[in-house]
Amino acid sequence: MRALRSWSPSLQLKHMKFIDEFRNKEIAEGLIQRIRKTSARPVQLMEVCGTHTVSIFRYGIRGLLPKHITLLSGPGCPVCVTPNADIDLAIALSRQKDTIIVTFGDMMRVPGSTSSLQKEKAEGSDIRIIYSSLDALKIAKENPGERVVFLAIGFETTSPTIAVAILRAKEEKLRNLFFLDSQKRVPPALIALLQSKRVKIDGLILPGHVSTILGTKPYRFISKDFDRPAVVTGFEPLDILQGIWMLLKQIEENRAAVEIQYRRVVHEEGNPTALSKIYQVFEDGEGHWRGLGLIPDSGYRFKDPYNKMDVRNFDIEVEPTKEHPECLCGEVLQGIRSPLECRLFKEVCHPENPIGPCMVSIEGTCHTYFKYQ
Amino acid sequence: MCLGIPGKVLEIEKNVAKVDVGGVSRDISLDLCPDVSVGEYVLIHTGFAIQKVDEEEAKETLDLLRQMAEAI
Repeated sequence: MRALRSWSPSLQLKHMKFIDEFRNKEIAEGLIQRIRKTSARPVQLMEVCGTHTVSIFRYGIRGLLPKHITLLSGPGCPVCVTPNADIDLAIALSRQKDTIIVTFGDMMRVPGSTSSLQKEKAEGSDIRIIYSSLDALKIAKENPGERVVFLAIGFETTSPTIAVAILRAKEEKLRNLFFLDSQKRVPPALIALLQSKRVKIDGLILPGHVSTILGTKPYRFISKDFDRPAVVTGFEPLDILQGIWMLLKQIEENRAAVEIQYRRVVHEEGNPTALSKIYQVFEDGEGHWRGLGLIPDSGYRFKDPYNKMDVRNFDIEVEPTKEHPECLCGEVLQGIRSPLECRLFKEVCHPENPIGPCMVSIEGTCHTYFKYQ
Repeated sequence: MCLGIPGKVLEIEKNVAKVDVGGVSRDISLDLCPDVSVGEYVLIHTGFAIQKVDEEEAKETLDLLRQMAEAI
């Protein structure tokens, strides 16, 4: 099968345990046969996580599935769902004296209302890419005369790491590290999607690594209140195929449960150590999402005394927020439209000239469509 | 969002482990995953181990998948 040819383990890396085995072509073909034997009733399954969107394209999963199964991409791309207002605030801060902005790589190129962090850096602002929240601590210690602001984005996979950085900063009495918190929580966004009348979701492919932290309890409402099946799924092709098969089986058997496909790293109780770190520092608060808007409890508020590190306490003048009127990123994130329906896609908006964040992030739906189509 | 890669723990010093990821050794924080031994595998995200990789479960998953594929 053509699509399967490109699954072979990377030639540059030596054998990657727990990855290569889950790319086995013979097993994949067997799984695909199984999927074809399940009911031919049309179903729409949403993969929430951007990393799933990338894997699904990379391994040509859509082309391997029978036509009655539609996969929708969801809002699980933390870069993509960061609202313009937060990027504009980071830009405003970067223009201030003695300020260093640090953030994860993809955030640099996301267009704000009139500029981007990358453009500001080219104009002379001190803006640095970090790979770990611990780098923010390091930079703050190395630059005691500067205010270091970490534009912190991410879902529950990343939030414990942000919490650790905040706890360490307090322990070490670091006074010059601040956080522009734009983190998001996945379960409340799923509620919003399931309540939406604009998209029909018959089953959810739940994010694998967010769920290593959360476990399955936070997802129970999906079966209890919405009567839909959900499967926590890994990212290799066999994981995704097995996850889809598990969803189809539930649908066929009229069941609605939260199941785990990704058993090698996801357990029902999640990671209690990581969860307790988050809730030492934060409590649930409002979350503002590009596209989905304000979702209650889908973000965080700093707890005392960590709120001293919240950069939103400062009175900063920020330009009025604007979004490109023709950018469909908000609707793409909800699975309502595909990038192919966007007038700007490819013609105007592409990775070299992104109009919206869905084209910037490597996990963005538009970027992935562009790269693989 | 969900970037995570498995690696083998080679050495542990206090709360930092040297972890082999595809032949390259990296320093990884064990703050979120303290109960780890040398020789075990961990899932790494932005410089932190976020969970142990359960080799038994991995094997069981593969065995099940093989059975499913062969039964067709």
